[in-house]
Amino acid sequence: MEAVEFTTPKTIDEAVQAMASKGDRARALAGGTDLLVQLRGGRRSADLVVDLKDVPELNEISYNASSGLTIGAATPCYRLYADANVAANYPGLVDSASLIGSIQIQGRASLGGNLCNSAPSADAIPPMIALGSVANVVGPNGSRQIPVEDFCTGPGRNVLEPGEILVSINVPAPPANSGASYLRFIPRNEMDIAVAGVGSAVVLDGSGQNFVSARISLASVAPTPVFCKAAGDSLAGKAVSDEAIEEAARLAMEDAKPITDMRGTIRQRIHLVGVLTRRTLNIAIQRARGEE
Amino acid sequence: MPGLVHVSTTINGNPTDFLCEPRQSLLEVLRDVLGMTGTKEGCNDGNCGACTVMFDGRIVTSCLVLGVEAQGKEITTIEGVASPEGLHPVQQAFLENAALQCGICTPGFIVATKALLDREPDADEGRIRHWLAGNLCRCTGYDKIVRAVLDAEEKMKA
Repeated sequence: MEAVEFTTPKTIDEAVQAMASKGDRARALAGGTDLLVQLRGGRRSADLVVDLKDVPELNEISYNASSGLTIGAATPCYRLYADANVAANYPGLVDSASLIGSIQIQGRASLGGNLCNSAPSADAIPPMIALGSVANVVGPNGSRQIPVEDFCTGPGRNVLEPGEILVSINVPAPPANSGASYLRFIPRNEMDIAVAGVGSAVVLDGSGQNFVSARISLASVAPTPVFCKAAGDSLAGKAVSDEAIEEAARLAMEDAKPITDMRGTIRQRIHLVGVLTRRTLNIAIQRARGEE
Repeated sequence: MPGLVHVSTTINGNPTDFLCEPRQSLLEVLRDVLGMTGTKEGCNDGNCGACTVMFDGRIVTSCLVLGVEAQGKEITTIEGVASPEGLHPVQQAFLENAALQCGICTPGFIVATKALLDREPDADEGRIRHWLAGNLCRCTGYDKIVRAVLDAEEKMKA
């Protein structure tokens, strides 16, 4: 790894100043599980590494029954599944946080870093999209809120401008009778990159027999995570049935635009989107009914 | 050229000061600056777990932590596992169950195993295999390692 300078700002203002001082030659550091590998391998370069973990807003999880969950961008995965509020209210996020990398990686890697790294295969992004999450960004020109489905613009690329940092992710409070799930396919049991992944979130009516709304998102089947608006919307107002779920899965498969590479073929990945959409919808429905 | 940074940390209970470049990983600092070569370098990109250390109470791969991030932290390495009286039960169990051959992965496995058993003294085989998924061993085929961990559980309860 080439020589870099290192700074540990203590406030958002100091962090933004540090990032802005070097423009695109500054890199934000959270858990480092992507950044340090990229810097060492020469896939990214930087003059300044800005460690954001000492900024309180980036390193805290807070939950409020009306405003929902705020996840500091540098908060490591293990703190999500160790948090009672997250475990009780956001099982779809726990699905992702507990399958990213190894236990060692989960001790460092953050959902915010997963979002900013903007890999098409990022496991944390589909459930965040499915749950209607919003990214809180601060930069030299002030703050802005970006729906997570609009954050990534290409492999490793996103809407952040030089000097901007992701401060936190807000996940809305779960509505009554709602549930979410994330599943990915990998050819091993652990420690792999998704061949395809699907995150689903549903809201049911009081009877638990009808969809009020649903959101579905895909990983590893396009240059960015995919928000399948049509697939989710197709469920709204319908009775919960295999036919309705099948139709949503069909629409999700239409939104998948994968490539063939060493992990899988176009045909396999589109097939997997169908399978995983059905499975995640069924798990989300069970969770919404309190059956799991 | 950025200069050296002064870092104050605690390693195996001992207050420790060192100088390092910001680009250096904690793994490089442990081995090359502090001469603590018990922690091994395998892949150097976070996949193999050979460089596992405890960092503020969690296991991490020290190749993916910068040395400068150790400021004010509590670190435990393989050198901190045994006591002056003898090997830790996890180390003893690895020996007795022949859970190592070349030995490069072993310090990482032992640090990770101790972290699991300190937290979950009744972890079952499935949990052990899941917890250790981030530690790769190309010699043993893992069965002997899992048997050693189950044996260490018994030893630690005795």
